[in-house]
Amino acid sequence: MSDNYVTVGAPTSADPKITADGVSVFYGDKQAIFDVSLDIGKNEVIAFIGPSGCGKSTFLRTINRMNDTIDTCRVSGKMLLEGQDIYGAKVDPVELRARVGMVFQKPNPFPKSIYENVAYGPKIHGLARNRIELDEMVESSLQKAGLWNEVKDRLHTPGIGLSGGQQQRLCIARTIAVNPEVILMDEPCSALDPIATARIEELIAELSSNYTIVVVTHSMQQAARISNRTAYFHLGKLIEVDDTNTVFTSPGHKLTEDYITGRFG
Amino acid sequence: MTNSNLDLVRQSLKKRHRRERRFKRLGMLAILFAVSALVILLSDVFLKGYKAFIQTEVRIEVSFDQQLLGVDELSAEALRGANWNGVIKSSLREMYPDVTRRADKRKLYALVSESSQWQLAEQLEANPQWLNETHSVWLRASSDVDMWYKYFQEESVGTRLNEKQIAWTEGLIEQDSMRSVFNRIFFQNGASRNPEEAGIRGALIGSLLTLLVTFSVSFPIAVATAVYLEEFAPKNRFTQFVEVNINNLAAVPSITFGLLGLAVFLQWFGMPRSAPLVGGLVLSLMTLPTIIIAARAAIKSVPPSIRDAALGLGASKTQVVFHHVVPLAMPGILTGTIIGLAQALGETAPLMMIGMVAFIVDVPSTITDPSAVLPVQIFLWSDAPERGYMEKTSGAILVLLMFLMVMNAFAVWLRKRLEKRW
Repeated sequence: MSDNYVTVGAPTSADPKITADGVSVFYGDKQAIFDVSLDIGKNEVIAFIGPSGCGKSTFLRTINRMNDTIDTCRVSGKMLLEGQDIYGAKVDPVELRARVGMVFQKPNPFPKSIYENVAYGPKIHGLARNRIELDEMVESSLQKAGLWNEVKDRLHTPGIGLSGGQQQRLCIARTIAVNPEVILMDEPCSALDPIATARIEELIAELSSNYTIVVVTHSMQQAARISNRTAYFHLGKLIEVDDTNTVFTSPGHKLTEDYITGRFG
Repeated sequence: MTNSNLDLVRQSLKKRHRRERRFKRLGMLAILFAVSALVILLSDVFLKGYKAFIQTEVRIEVSFDQQLLGVDELSAEALRGANWNGVIKSSLREMYPDVTRRADKRKLYALVSESSQWQLAEQLEANPQWLNETHSVWLRASSDVDMWYKYFQEESVGTRLNEKQIAWTEGLIEQDSMRSVFNRIFFQNGASRNPEEAGIRGALIGSLLTLLVTFSVSFPIAVATAVYLEEFAPKNRFTQFVEVNINNLAAVPSITFGLLGLAVFLQWFGMPRSAPLVGGLVLSLMTLPTIIIAARAAIKSVPPSIRDAALGLGASKTQVVFHHVVPLAMPGILTGTIIGLAQALGETAPLMMIGMVAFIVDVPSTITDPSAVLPVQIFLWSDAPERGYMEKTSGAILVLLMFLMVMNAFAVWLRKRLEKRW
């Protein structure tokens, strides 16, 4: 495969929230992402799939500039959030991350109480004017994350005391407490058991009416269950992107077909 | 697995188990060695030192004769200036009327401590009706009598008392006129020429003030340095150079810091000599690298997932550091700080360079007063020729160890309180 490749399928969207235009990512001299162009539509759930090391997580982290923390990381090309280049000189990554929230692979609640975990985001951004508003935000976030009924009696106990699945939902509640436009999820279920996974998947479906959601996943079944569109990455290249149904029933590229039929990965 | 293969495994198994047992035994031996060394050290110091907390007293019939005392009124000031020496001497002469020779009288007077006059002054101030009456009063014995009573009763070899003095003291014991009491003076006084009047209060307060200065200078600087180096500094040649030098600084002999303090703080800035302020500054220089290294290790051990979580929510770098990283690293930072301060507490050499080795009687009240510190006081007493200072040395070591234990206990308590799981 040459460096000049064409993504198969439908990389554009009629109503894009995020537009990647020729995005390449380098770690030092090593190129991790090659010239990826992709639209992510408003309020859609898009799944990134592909074998380990294919760059899907790296690409995800360019959307909220989490790669900034890595000194040697360099991004070229354009990444637009509602038409504004997020790597532009005027963009503050702090503001960007308030608009683009992120949920990580391993549940990582702060070693604080459940309440403080959820309240942290609104607090640092000054979203609540007083204690009552903050309480309301915490409650509604926990409710949206489907955790309220389980934790309402122990809001001030440590978040670490929850089970793995509850912790991950707590992290989701923490993310939506800031009321972002986009939620990035980096393999949110890979550390969870099937029941907790099912709960998170339901939650993603519920949240998709209000948020644009990008999910990186290793499970093709999960991608098929939860996403509207699916993007297949291979060795840093975006090989194919299309409606989830199309990708899984009639993939347009040989590599995609090999991957989803389990020939490698 | 074939049979021969299984035999081979079994053979090697025996050897492996033997090796395991040997290693276990070696480990237990090492712990036994360490524990017995500690027990020997502590028991030796304690057995020699506990008698420093005990003082011998002698009961004497004292007549509080107004004329002899030469006081008109019973104010504290007048009592302090009264002729107590004369009263004590005449009381002793009355108890032993057969002592007539000048030299013998001097030996007789040497039974009680010079400082016992303050005890009498206190007594009279508390009981003003005692004026012109005779009462039996317990007075502090001199160091030689104290030593004899504590150590030489059975075998008087090595005592500084002569035969007559021994006879007098034995007579006092028969009359139940000698007793051992808790040595208040040891915890109330500063240093003194007379062993029975010497105390560690000056050194203890001096050490406390010095450590206070050390902590308040080194802790903020060290934490700021560690946070900057770990979280903000770019990884380049310059920061590498700084890192290497911080590690080197930790290995610099402490007396060098003393010389630096002498040159910079005393000569250049003209700060007061022998003061806890300067001592604390010198010790902070010494403590800084220890705290920095510990703090950096603690900051490094905070899981990156916590940083990611906060960054992902839109916390700024400073918020991530001060809301999450530093609080989580605090137990480790505090452990390093306590280790550094414990080192500083036991440090003698650099403080001698800035004059804290001077003979200072007064108990310091501010950080600019001249002061002693515990380890230097121990050094000074261990060097003193009088027998009485030997037990004071051990006593002071016990106090120093207690100080350390209290500090460590506080650190453990603080760490337990701050520690959080993640």
